[in-house]
Amino acid sequence: MIGEIFTASLFASTIRLATPYLFASLGETLAQRSGVLNLGLDGMMLVGAFTAFYTVLQTGSLILGLLVAIITGAVMGLAMAFISVTLKAEQGISGIGVYLFGLGISELLFNKFLSTPRTVSGFPQVPLPILSDIPVIGNVLFNHNLLVYGAFLLVPAMWYVLNRTNFGLMVRAVGQTPEAADAMGVSVARIRYTTVIIGGIFAGIAGASLSIALINTFQQNLTSGLGFIAVALVYFGGWRPTGVLFGSLLFSFVNALQLQISVVGLDIPSEFAVMSPYVITLIALIFASKRQDKPDALTKPFERGG
Amino acid sequence: MTFTTTIVPNFIKSLRTRRLLELLPIIVTLILAVAVSSVLLILFDANPITAFNAMWQGAFGSQNSTAETLVKATPIMFVAIGITVAFRGGVINIGGEGQMIMGAVVGTALTLSIGESLGALVIPLALCAGFIAGGIYGGIAGFLKAYYDVNEILSTIMMNQIAVQLMNFLLNGPMLDPTTEGVNNIAKTQRIPDIAELPRLSIDLGTVQLFDRTRLHAGFLIALALAVVIYILLWKTTIGYRIRAVGLNPHAARYAGIHVGRNMTLAMFLAGGCAGIAGVVQVLALGYRLQTDGSPVGFTANAGFNGIVAALFGGLNPLGAIFSSGFFGALLVGANGMQRAVGVPAAMITAINGLIVIFIVSSQIFTRRIARQRLLQPAESSPVATPIISDPSADTPTEGVLL
Repeated sequence: MIGEIFTASLFASTIRLATPYLFASLGETLAQRSGVLNLGLDGMMLVGAFTAFYTVLQTGSLILGLLVAIITGAVMGLAMAFISVTLKAEQGISGIGVYLFGLGISELLFNKFLSTPRTVSGFPQVPLPILSDIPVIGNVLFNHNLLVYGAFLLVPAMWYVLNRTNFGLMVRAVGQTPEAADAMGVSVARIRYTTVIIGGIFAGIAGASLSIALINTFQQNLTSGLGFIAVALVYFGGWRPTGVLFGSLLFSFVNALQLQISVVGLDIPSEFAVMSPYVITLIALIFASKRQDKPDALTKPFERGG
Repeated sequence: MTFTTTIVPNFIKSLRTRRLLELLPIIVTLILAVAVSSVLLILFDANPITAFNAMWQGAFGSQNSTAETLVKATPIMFVAIGITVAFRGGVINIGGEGQMIMGAVVGTALTLSIGESLGALVIPLALCAGFIAGGIYGGIAGFLKAYYDVNEILSTIMMNQIAVQLMNFLLNGPMLDPTTEGVNNIAKTQRIPDIAELPRLSIDLGTVQLFDRTRLHAGFLIALALAVVIYILLWKTTIGYRIRAVGLNPHAARYAGIHVGRNMTLAMFLAGGCAGIAGVVQVLALGYRLQTDGSPVGFTANAGFNGIVAALFGGLNPLGAIFSSGFFGALLVGANGMQRAVGVPAAMITAINGLIVIFIVSSQIFTRRIARQRLLQPAESSPVATPIISDPSADTPTEGVLL
């Protein structure tokens, strides 16, 4: 029985399903490191998922679909930045507003233009030459679509940006002590706008990864709260890309396991399988709160001389 | 004669400016929401006036539709009243959905197991059970925030999903009605005993019967009563004073000898309790059994989220929540009429609700600015008191965010 569950395909789908978590939570990591909690992630993902899907359905161009998701993500990120940085609104509540807006507008557009779920042919698998020929591991790690590779490459990229670039230094400074950063001539607002817009772009890509690469369909509330888990994963991962990678893999593993259990037909109530990631997140949040590396200025709007 | 010539007019003046300032974000939001809806409707080739008219007719066109509006408003009102307490105590409660479910599950379990033997006491006891169950579920999130610095927004969102799955498990297993197993894929419990049914309301005006044969039920009156109770609790008792003090400035409250953690937990317990009652009422008054289609909003119909919007729109005042919940009940019921009339999907309301939240919290910067200017002018009396939601874990006192 155990052998039936822990197959190579289980691990391959673990890798695949980590994609939306990685995109969304790595983008969110950047935003949170600069001090902005973008809780509207799920709404941005939904809008990104719909626009990408609809574009692919109409034009057949996957690249165009991805591009549209990037643009809508950027626009929603800009809106979130305007609300939280310029208008200094309470980030948690305004994030819920952005979520409800995204949820509603994506369902509205879906009902108006599609009304029944349809499918597209999404990003195809691209086996990496030579690497994919390695037995077992080749299929698990190196036989995926481009967005999957992109998500995993984003981990070292985000680590590099945060820890080895001037921009990353400014992001961390703005998130830790915005007063000091401001005194050193760093524009707190400009940095936060940039990180939140980048976070929005990745949320859009995360949504698109669901609708045009992994599931290849769109329906109401496609993400079913995945964006909120992505926000929690940033806490879970201790605001570090490597931690986020670990958390994403844990979650996608539970997702994959859930699918596998229903395929094998094990007599475990599926409700508990669905529930487990949320329980894990809740427990992780309790431990994450004790961490030292939480950005000090997280959720706090910056006001000069305030 | 100074009393009548100066004090009273000054008092009225201060009252008026204060009220106006508190209402300003709501008025501005309403105007913006109507404007954005009109633009959306025009983009969808619909005439906004026809659409709004269809909405009005759908919500209030007949006695039946008015009753439906109030039925829809009832759970939102319970949740909104609770969220008002939480927000006033500085805790952002997104857990209305989960708390409603926990209340419904425990209240239904009590009714089904020993309801028959309780006689007339079954309804109050079921409501109490729901209050306590929802309260504990909310209280956990409050406790974790107060003592372990766990972000309450994230914890309540996780707990919502956990509650949904728990309910799905119970309804498909231990609590499943043995006679209807697998019918229509809708998981449901047995029907509650007749004695536990909340009565329907119809008003006898002698010649005409108001709300006769509609679904309007006594739960609506319970919600109204709860709003008054919570209003008194928040503004006329020491308990409420402490909760509001913690919400306004946890550091100042701590220096004043108020136990911040305990009051935060209490605020969340009360918030969860109100949502819990909403869950029980839905069962005892409408379905007469706990049932869901398995989706996250299968039982709650999004009342937990809409309650947040209604609480904000009601100015974080339980009495304001009565009107704002009625407004959102009307929007939800009217949206179906709009969809039939002009073909714009009812989901537009969810999007508009999101924008309303954004507009209200974003407009705070302007009221804050006005309030600050007012404070700087010594001639003006009565500084505006608005609650602050801030991070109690911060080491240094923060200005927080006005709400």
